[in-house]
Amino acid sequence: MGFARREWANEDFAQEVHDAVKEHARTPFREEVWQQLIQGMRFVQGTFDDDESFERLRGTIEELDKAQGTGGNFAFYLSVPPRSFPVVIQQLKKHGLADQTGGSWRRAVIEKPFGHDLKSAEELNAIVHEVFAPDQVFRIDHYLGKETVQNILALRFANTMFEPIWNRSFVDHVQITMAEDIGIGGRAGYYDGIGAARDVIQNHLLQLMALTAMEEPASFDADALAAEKTKVLGAVRLPKDLGRDTVRGQYAAGWQGGAKAVGYLEEEGIDPSSKTDTYAAIRLGIDNRRWAGVPFYLRTGKRLGRRVTEIAVVFQRAPHSPFDTTATEELGSNAIVIRVQPDEGVTVRFGSKVPGTSMEIRDVSMDFAYGESFTESSPEAYERLILDVLLGDSNLFPRTEEVELSWKILDPIEEYWDTNGRPAQYPAGTWGPVEADEMLERDGRSWRRP
Amino acid sequence: MKTDLTDTTASKINKELVRGRRAIGTPAVGMVLTLVIVTDEENAYDALKAASDASREHPSRTLVVIKRVSRSPRDRTQSRLDAEVRVGADAGTGETVVLRLHGEVVDHAQSVVLPLLLPDAPVVVWWPVNAPLDPANDPLGALAQRRVTDTYACEQPVKELAARADAYTPGDTDLSWTRITPWRSMLAAALDQVACEVQGVEVEGEEFNPSCELLAMWLADRLDVPVRRSHSAGPGLTAVRMDTDCGPIVLDRADGSLATLSIQGQPKRAVALKRRDTAELIAEELRRLDPDDTYASALRYGVERLKSDGSGSPAKGEREAVPAPVEAAAKAPADRATAQAPVNEAAAK
Repeated sequence: MGFARREWANEDFAQEVHDAVKEHARTPFREEVWQQLIQGMRFVQGTFDDDESFERLRGTIEELDKAQGTGGNFAFYLSVPPRSFPVVIQQLKKHGLADQTGGSWRRAVIEKPFGHDLKSAEELNAIVHEVFAPDQVFRIDHYLGKETVQNILALRFANTMFEPIWNRSFVDHVQITMAEDIGIGGRAGYYDGIGAARDVIQNHLLQLMALTAMEEPASFDADALAAEKTKVLGAVRLPKDLGRDTVRGQYAAGWQGGAKAVGYLEEEGIDPSSKTDTYAAIRLGIDNRRWAGVPFYLRTGKRLGRRVTEIAVVFQRAPHSPFDTTATEELGSNAIVIRVQPDEGVTVRFGSKVPGTSMEIRDVSMDFAYGESFTESSPEAYERLILDVLLGDSNLFPRTEEVELSWKILDPIEEYWDTNGRPAQYPAGTWGPVEADEMLERDGRSWRRP
Repeated sequence: MKTDLTDTTASKINKELVRGRRAIGTPAVGMVLTLVIVTDEENAYDALKAASDASREHPSRTLVVIKRVSRSPRDRTQSRLDAEVRVGADAGTGETVVLRLHGEVVDHAQSVVLPLLLPDAPVVVWWPVNAPLDPANDPLGALAQRRVTDTYACEQPVKELAARADAYTPGDTDLSWTRITPWRSMLAAALDQVACEVQGVEVEGEEFNPSCELLAMWLADRLDVPVRRSHSAGPGLTAVRMDTDCGPIVLDRADGSLATLSIQGQPKRAVALKRRDTAELIAEELRRLDPDDTYASALRYGVERLKSDGSGSPAKGEREAVPAPVEAAAKAPADRATAQAPVNEAAAK
């Protein structure tokens, strides 16, 4: 069922859905399934502040409930701008749509952004929780619905060979990258003032970091997982000198993948003096026994070299090498790279002798690719998450505390950026500003080329 | 499997590579490096063929960057990228993407190449022709650990060698240098057998073949003796004559394939010194990906410090990047070299 301002009849709505399904569904379009779906498809036209609209919504829901036998179980997917949140939530409450009665459930799905700083996030949480209990609220972070992200847990806790080295004794540092090759497109209104750090680091990257760094949960249920993630996010330590260990940038005009790209400040709808970051790189520490002293480098950006998301756990070099320096000149550090997207999989990098009479050691990779080991197509992230909402399984949804902890990590950085300097410029299509390379160079490390 | 993409972007090419790889069921990561070939349409076929042969030894992703010439002003302002994606049997052992750049994008080839590089793996850029004078500062060269040029293919090879020496950055190498590897190992082995001191050397080969100069500079640099460069009709390098205090050591290859090694007091030996094709050279170059310090040292010795027998005039001008000790060493033995000149001329054919 759709609820929006536009003047649509049920058929218009169904047509829109039909076209989208036909074009994008990962399985073949089947007419009989569509006929079944269309039975329950309705559109209610209305505005958020209009009581009459919500009465109509309730009427339609009740009518459908009887016709389809859904037993009073409803999930509300709130794809609304943050400023409309209070009114929509209150309207749902006022018209009795949020009341769970006699064994039925009501759930609310919220999309990012979950606020733009700690204060706004707390306000938002207060508004939502006034009407929906914490276990009724599902915050969608579509990254957590990806197979590879769930596989981090399988990799770490179902195997024995990785966990013993997954700590400060062996790991040199961790790099978590989410790069996009596109610009902001038509999202100027949303993006300007928010920026890459709030848009990506606060939710996706910190969640990926939590999953990479957390201790083994007692079980794979939602409470146990959330407890471990909360613990590790709570142990995150910000760098002492924010100017030294954080970098933000803005893409300048350049060429990306063979096409000309305009700079961020020249994008339509962007204030030419905007300080919004389209690239952000930060160094975090985790103060616990497992990770003390191991830096976690998080970076994200738009208009970078290519679209890729990955977690690279980079190991220390061998404490002693019996080979001479010529033999190991080309040898890098061992690494385990979890490729989140695209070409999902895991790569292990290590040195191997080059065939020949001389001793020469070079990096090679061993690879696991989802597309090759499992030829069955895996569910889309949203597909999986929406199913989880309907089943009431909140394993893969960040909780209130996690969201607030993430803002606690990011807020001081954003405040520092607000008052100090301007974003560095980087040409579109490159791997970010030189300042970011210098930031790692100071630590004697370098960014991987993903 | 071969797919043509017209008016495309790097991200579409990447998708096609993953799709193609899945369709034929081979994993990507056996590939150890990305080889970028920058060429024009004329030389693309041969270069790709050589790279594809070399990929049997070094599975790699090969990106062929072909800069198309725009004939009209209108063409120059329009920008288009066409790609031919080859995976599986059509691409040696690895993946090949032939990129054709039209119009404005020609000047921004690195934007197309960067997204297509294999993660982590080293990058080698090879210019079969028209290499930039300063490869390390070329936008494409800057992406690479190793930059392979070929002075043999240029108009004025000897001049170009001097330019290469000026612009040398660790990671640079030249196929003219690779060509003489068998010569170098043969000469080194010959000298290892005898306990004699070399007093002078003559390197003989066809004109406009920079391999001769490089070999001469290498010998001069390593042996610290005067080296003469003399000309013959070829093919390629024809002979190296070393005068030692216990008689001459001569490596003579008249026909471009079989050489004769003669050392005073030892029987003459036949030695296979075949001129190798480009595929073998590239394969050898890809074997080591760290900077070639020996090449750097030989190149920096300076072409103009070689003695010449007159038919090819040496490059003029003092070179400054030369390390001091070598300079001093070069002056002292100069008279000795002239004294030996008649001997050398007699030995020449």
